[in-house]
Formats: sequence, structure tokens, C-alpha cells
Amino acid sequence: MPGEPLIYGRGLVKQFGTVRAVDSIDFAVERGEAFGFLGPNGAGKSSTMRMIACVSPRTSGDLSVLGLDPDRDGARIRGRIGVVPQEDSLDLELTVRENLYVYGRYFDLPRSELRPRIEQLLRFAQLTERGDDRVEPLSGGMKRRLTIARSLINEPELLLLDEPTTGLDPQARHALWDRLYRLKSQGVTLVLTTHYMDEAEQLCDRLVVMDRGTVAAEGSPQGLIGRYCTREVVELRFGPGESERHADKVADIPERIEVLPDRLLLYTDQGDATVEAVQRRALAPVSVLVRRATLEDVFLRLTGRQLVD
Amino acid sequence: MATPPALRATQYFLLAYRRTWRASIMSTFVSPLLYLLAMGVGLGSFVNKGGGAASLGHMGYLQFVAPGLAAANAATAAAGESTFPVMGGIKWTRTYFAMLATPLRVVDVLAGHLTWIGARVAMAVAPYLIVMAAFGVTPSPEAAAVLPAGILVGMAFSTPLVAFAATQDNDGSFSLVFRLGMIPLFLFSGVFFPVSVLPVGLRVIAYATPLWHGVELCRLLTLGRLGAASAAVHAGYLVALAVVGAVIASRTYTRRLRT
Repeated sequence: MPGEPLIYGRGLVKQFGTVRAVDSIDFAVERGEAFGFLGPNGAGKSSTMRMIACVSPRTSGDLSVLGLDPDRDGARIRGRIGVVPQEDSLDLELTVRENLYVYGRYFDLPRSELRPRIEQLLRFAQLTERGDDRVEPLSGGMKRRLTIARSLINEPELLLLDEPTTGLDPQARHALWDRLYRLKSQGVTLVLTTHYMDEAEQLCDRLVVMDRGTVAAEGSPQGLIGRYCTREVVELRFGPGESERHADKVADIPERIEVLPDRLLLYTDQGDATVEAVQRRALAPVSVLVRRATLEDVFLRLTGRQLVD
Repeated sequence: MATPPALRATQYFLLAYRRTWRASIMSTFVSPLLYLLAMGVGLGSFVNKGGGAASLGHMGYLQFVAPGLAAANAATAAAGESTFPVMGGIKWTRTYFAMLATPLRVVDVLAGHLTWIGARVAMAVAPYLIVMAAFGVTPSPEAAAVLPAGILVGMAFSTPLVAFAATQDNDGSFSLVFRLGMIPLFLFSGVFFPVSVLPVGLRVIAYATPLWHGVELCRLLTLGRLGAASAAVHAGYLVALAVVGAVIASRTYTRRLRT
């Protein structure tokens, strides 16, 4: 049916004992877009992903993936999607090629079809030279690229990535993002979870911010910044513990002010004008920084600055 | 032609085994054969001279001990394959989770792994048949049925053990399974001497254990003395244990893997 979302959740709940990991969320993912679930640890992102991947039965609510019901058609849905789990599940004793081959066999792909596809995926993942090496000595970035290559063995129309770049160095992250852009341009729908704001801003057309099992906000990265934040942020840095006594002197200048122990954050649409106004008040901050507002500002506003453990 | 989903899971274990088969040769082939030679031929020469043959029902000790060892080795191999590799699938390599991200279902993963364990048990039993044939202690044509009988013994041990292993958080309990379960069974299930020589209390316990039924089944088959009644009792007991274990395993697997 045209116009039907590729994934659709309404009132979706996942309960573990007395804990509601996912507490009645609504969302829809359209074909061809890159959609993100953003949130701190324990927000319910992975539980949501596992329900979409048809490996975790939902407690209640509606969920449809590729127009099918995961409770009834789990195996059929899994045959048409690719999954990059949070924790690698590669066999370290087998070679790179063997890992791809055996995974392809789970989908019942014949050897004749798998052979050329494995070579193509090795090129895609920049692992051709390591094809016959055991997986164990590969770097974290290589293992992650192999896991992504593996998830593409069945040429999925939908790819689910649970924290795809956690634990990777910047080079490896950028290499991975580059691969994901390519997939997206080929028409693969991407759904990912992350707690990296730059990753969400780089990759996602649309995202939901999750907090304590619920959806706190939904929109495009720019739309969310426009709705929940100002265009720019002026950061005034003071000595440790000194920022609070300066706060009153400038509180009337920006649209909103946030007081951190060593910094004042002034949320404003005109950064330079705000800086000038601050300078007229004769404060002596250690440093002054004007920057664009980011998704991180939105995220911290919506989910708070307290540590979640 | 489509490969059944469970056999696609079995293919993984086969591929992984091709990397490690050399290490398993010692435990599944060489040590059992050393046992067979030391017990059947070495100790056997004493037993046979000392009138043991008469009390064993007029057979040589090798003939007595070989099918018993075949059954015991089937049980031991099954126990090894049904504990640590299950923990590996859940926690170490997380292979089970890789499989479950694909069209394979929990029952396919379980059935596929059990199929592989059955194949490993067959590899553990086959050398006994070959040695018995070489020493001429397989008078009955039914002796070839020791192979499927051995696989049945293996399954009777395997399904309850994989069901248990899937509930564990680490491999700490597995050494207890071997020390308190497998080794006493190995020694007191009629492999090396008839359980009729045990005091009556221990004898009753022995009759209740799966390995005794497995040993009797294999021994009667090699002698061609397996009647319908004892076949029904021994095989029936082992089939029942394997089926009950499989039912429980499908529950513990589902609880562990589909949260």
C-alpha cells in the first residue's frame, strides 16, 4: 500500500517485571528515510529496537514492520531486514568470509549467490584484504564494519543499527557514517539508536528523543533545535563555583539562561549582540564563546543533566 | 531446494568444528580407545582367567565392557557438547543471538544445535563399533544398531542438559555436573561390572539412571539378545527423557533468548 509507513508503532509497551522499559510510545518511519531513536542510557531505545527486529515480543500496543505483525510474521520480517546489534556477535574463530557465509546460510541463500555477494560486501566494508583472516585480531572498527556487511547479506530494505559507532575512534566513526550514507542513497531505510548528538545530526532525517521509556520530542534535528532551543548559545566561563553570583547580572539579556558550576549558558538568537550586552555589564569572564545551538542542547534540555545509571 | 531452518543452524556448528576438530580427536577417539584396550584387553585377561566370564554370562570381558564404554562415551560426549557450547551461544560468541536476528526461530536454533550434538555423539560411538568388529566381539548383526542406540543415549543426556545450561549465568555449575553427575554414572552404571554385584540400595539407584539403561541397550544389541520387552523398557526410558528434556529446553531457551 503506498503511503503506508514502513514501521508503525502505537501505544507500544515493553515491560520487564515491574519495570516499564518502553511506556506507550507512538512513532512512524517512512520508506527511504534515516530515523533515529535518541536518548540517555535506559531510555528504552534498545528495547524498542529489539521489538522492531522481532527478537523481543511486545507487552502491548500496536506494531507493524513492513506491513506485517512481528508476533505472527517474525521470521518473514527478519528475512527482509538487516540488524546491527549493540554487542557484536561475530564468531572470532572463523574467518571474515566464513562469518559472512554462515550468516548468509541462515537466510538460506545458496552458495552460488553468496560467493559474489560476499566479495561485493567485503569491498563495501573495505575488508577485502582481510577476507581470509580470523576475526579475532581485527580492530574494533573493522569488526563493526564486518557486522554491518553481515547485516546486508540478505539485501535488506530496512537496516536497524543499535548504537553502531559506540566505542570507535573518530576515523572509524566517519568511515562508518560514509558507508551508511551510501546505503541511504541506495534507498535503504535506516533506523538507528545513538547517544551521540553529532551522529544523530549527521545521519538522521528525523528522530525521536526518548526519556524514561517515553517519547519526549519528535522532529528533524533542525526542527527540534528551532522548537526547543535558540539559534545560538553564548557560553561565559568563570572560575569554579563563581558563575552563580554573576547570573543575576545578565539574566535579563538572553531568552533563557542556564547556570552551571563554572559556566553561564545564554540562549539567544543573536549571539554577537548578546556578547556586546554582556560586555557593557562589566563582568570579567575567563572566556566568552559564541556557538550555534546543537542537538545536544535540545537533548540536555529535554532529558536533564542528571546522570542516569 | 530450501534447507530446513534447523539444519542451517547445524551448518554453523559444522563450520566451527572444522576449525577445532584436531583438538577433539584426543577426547573423542584416542582416550576412549585407550580405555577399551586397558580395560577390555588388559584387565579383561585377568577377569576371563578368574572365572569372570562365567559370572558375566559366558562372554569375554572385552565383549562385556566395549558396548558399555560406547554408551558411556556417548553420554560423556553429549554432556560436554550440551553445556559449554550452550553458554558460548548465549554469552561468549553470542552465536544464538546472531542466528535469531535472521529468519531462524528459537526452536530452529535449539533443534539445529541438538542435531549437531547428535552428530558429535555418533562420532564418539563409531570408533567403538569399529574396534569391536576388529576384535570380533560383535556376534550379532544387530550390533550395528549400537550407533543409533548410542545417539539415543546422547540425546537423553543432551536435552535436559541444554535445558539446564540455558538457565545458567556462567559455566561454574558445569564442573559440578561432571564431578557429581557424569563421573559417578560412568563408574556405577554397569559399564565395568554388572550392577547385580552392588548392594541392593545402590542397585536400585543404578536402575533408575539413564546410563544404566543405555549400557544395557547397547550390550544386549551387540549380543543379539535384546528382547521386545527390554527394548521397550530401555529405549522407552531414554526416549521419554530426551522428549521431556526437549520440551523443557524449548521453554528455557525461549525464556533466555526472547526477552
